[in-house]
Amino acid sequence: MADFMLQLLLTFDATLRLATPLILCAMAGIFSERSGIVDISLEGKLLTGAFVAAAITTLTGSPWLGLMAAICASVFMSMIHGFACITHRGDQVVSGLAINILASGLTIIIGIALFKKGGQTPALSSDERFRGIEWFGVNMMDNIPVIGTIYRQLISGHSLLVYAALLAVPLCAFILYRTRFGLRLRAVGEKPESVDSAGVSVAWLRYRALIIGGVFCGIAGAYLSISHGANFVREMSAGKGYIALAAVIFGNWRPIKAFYACLLFGFLDAATSRLQGVDIPLIGEIPIQLMLAIPYIVTVLLLAGFIGRPTPPAAIGVPYEK
Amino acid sequence: MSETQNETSGANAARYALELQGISKSFGLVRANRDINLKIETGTIHGIIGENGAGKSTLMNILFGMHRADSGKMFVDGQKTKIRTSADAIAHGIGMVHQHFMLVNRFSVLENVMLGSEGGSLLKQGKQATIARLQELGETYGMVVDPHALISDLNVGMRQRVEILKALKGGARILILDEPTGVLTPQETEQLFEILRVLRADGVTVLLITHKLAEIMEITDNVSIMRAGKMVGHRATADTSPQELAELMVGRKVLLNVDKDAPQTNDVLLDVQGLGAMSSRGHRILDDVSFHVKGGEILGIAGVSGNGQTPLMEILTGMRIPDRGHVEILGETISHDAPKTPKQLREIGVGHIPEDRHVHGLVLDFEAQENMILGYHDGALSGDGRLMDRAGIRTHCETQMEKYDVRPRDPLLPAANFSGGNQQKIVIAREMYSHPKVLIVGQPTRGVDVGAIEFIHKQLIALRDAGCAIVVVSVELDEVMGLSDRIMVMNDGKNIGIVDADKTDTNMLGLMMAGIEQEAVA
Repeated sequence: MADFMLQLLLTFDATLRLATPLILCAMAGIFSERSGIVDISLEGKLLTGAFVAAAITTLTGSPWLGLMAAICASVFMSMIHGFACITHRGDQVVSGLAINILASGLTIIIGIALFKKGGQTPALSSDERFRGIEWFGVNMMDNIPVIGTIYRQLISGHSLLVYAALLAVPLCAFILYRTRFGLRLRAVGEKPESVDSAGVSVAWLRYRALIIGGVFCGIAGAYLSISHGANFVREMSAGKGYIALAAVIFGNWRPIKAFYACLLFGFLDAATSRLQGVDIPLIGEIPIQLMLAIPYIVTVLLLAGFIGRPTPPAAIGVPYEK
Repeated sequence: MSETQNETSGANAARYALELQGISKSFGLVRANRDINLKIETGTIHGIIGENGAGKSTLMNILFGMHRADSGKMFVDGQKTKIRTSADAIAHGIGMVHQHFMLVNRFSVLENVMLGSEGGSLLKQGKQATIARLQELGETYGMVVDPHALISDLNVGMRQRVEILKALKGGARILILDEPTGVLTPQETEQLFEILRVLRADGVTVLLITHKLAEIMEITDNVSIMRAGKMVGHRATADTSPQELAELMVGRKVLLNVDKDAPQTNDVLLDVQGLGAMSSRGHRILDDVSFHVKGGEILGIAGVSGNGQTPLMEILTGMRIPDRGHVEILGETISHDAPKTPKQLREIGVGHIPEDRHVHGLVLDFEAQENMILGYHDGALSGDGRLMDRAGIRTHCETQMEKYDVRPRDPLLPAANFSGGNQQKIVIAREMYSHPKVLIVGQPTRGVDVGAIEFIHKQLIALRDAGCAIVVVSVELDEVMGLSDRIMVMNDGKNIGIVDADKTDTNMLGLMMAGIEQEAVA
């Protein structure tokens, strides 16, 4: 029983770690989509962030500099998206795809040029990464049954960036629903004319939304390569940006609900990797290919109607013209 | 109505809330506003009247900073002012209620009113003050609205009040209303006017943009008339008459006298009995409509747009299935159980000139010659049914363009690049080519220049004289009266009555369009 309990806790623990990049990307997606800009470029920004974080940390030895550089690079990608979609009223899906392709190619080319390791970056030492933080009193709490274990395994011991992701969710909800900026942001995604006629710049609001999105994607990228992992690997974002976008839709463009959707995807990911090679009674061993496909199958099933009909921001995808 | 206002202007000669000098604005080649001069006295209701497309909305958008004038000067309260953005306009005390509301439907009244003037970076800071201000404004001007109601739950009249409250809350002393009554019921309109009168009494200057003469006469103190982008006159409302305003609006009196002989009718080709239809949202949009049309006559259908004309046309051309009644057309039956496709109807000789040529009449990106063969594309006209005969299609198009005087005579030019009148001629040429026995025509001359109107009318009369049964739906009453032999008036999806065109007048038709049945007519 205690063993099962531990296994469950370890799975939840892994859920949190795997959900972190999804949560950060989903918050990024909520900001840009709520402002009316379709953001399939989450994937590209995540990948860019991951590469730049690993590369700069390798070159400077400082994960903080890596994190800052990742944020800058990801914001830069966001600004390309904004320049195409806001300033020049281009197609938002095409621009997003272009950014994803650009990120995929550039990270490999620059990676090979800099490190000559076939697109990977060298492994970082533990000082060069955001490591787990042991919380105060873990050893003391160990004496308390159950709670002590939960405290040690689930609450304590994550990297700073995991806690940042968890804090990002209420922060986003607060910004969106309680602040002037949030009110205008929601309005600009629903009816940009209303914002324009209130004397507020539609373009600047949307640019700011994309900048915020870029910051979150940069942190998510840094988490992948210098916190969760210890180097950058080709295509290491592996569709997480798209999954985060699906979570945004499941969450009906609301931070808290999107957070739950991210946890669900994280849990599926964690559970499938734990179940690999395990003989399940009656079913037997599930092929790994099927396991890996499960998050995507769930996405399709959920989108096909197991959740209520999502109501996207009314003006999403439509360039604003007077 | 205006005695109190006239005193204030006498006391201080410069008391114009708003003054425009030489405002011009072009969009590409279209000169929407040309050298506009306008003075508006403080604390009056000033009407701006003009036909659709006269440039009224453009002028108001310039006043509110949504567009920027190419040239000209603007004075607010006697001070020279540059308004570049809506924020500038609001800062100068100008508020606007747009024709299409600038409200976020998923927001509450409160959120909409706060948008742009939140009173602090956190919403909490301005919330209570805004609620109190809304309450105060609502009580002062007789338009109390629940601040927590969602916009999507409010009716159009209430939404408009929210727009007005939004402008007033922003400190507006000059309120622009762009076609405010277009979407209102008569009762809501009366309530709106009551609010405007209270606002005027409180010293607010109101600019009322409309194309309805009756509203100008009822509520304004002064009126300015626009035509084709120019300001053509200013009058004190008390010193003018609807007749004078109408003449100024339209310019010279456009007479739509169509030369035609008495109809030589033959068999009934189109017989409609008890026809009904529901909208996709479950509203009855066509209710028990019956009429018939003989070969050799034109039946005009008059009515305010949106009173059932569109679903009727759609049923007659096979684009919609009726839920009740039936249509006998050229020996075939259309009913709920026996629907016909547009193709089947075309094959038996039903022609269709759609209401909106950009949606149903033409593929705007296609060449003229391709548009000319739409509907004939699987027939001999366009080739052998598999490959298109480009040369043959081109010759055909050239012949038709010559016959129907389409200019420029370029079969390869995309339809979008022709003027409205020439686009309509392409549609008419195409539909006439099949020698229809029944022709359903919607808005034959909407957005068409005067010369082309005459040509199109002649074509329709010629087809009628050749024995075709024609149904013409038009919102232009003059056109319906000029073209038709008999006129059916529709209101709220119903047939209000059918009258002979030479035994009626606009007054009687106007009453019928308002839904009042006329007993004395055939």
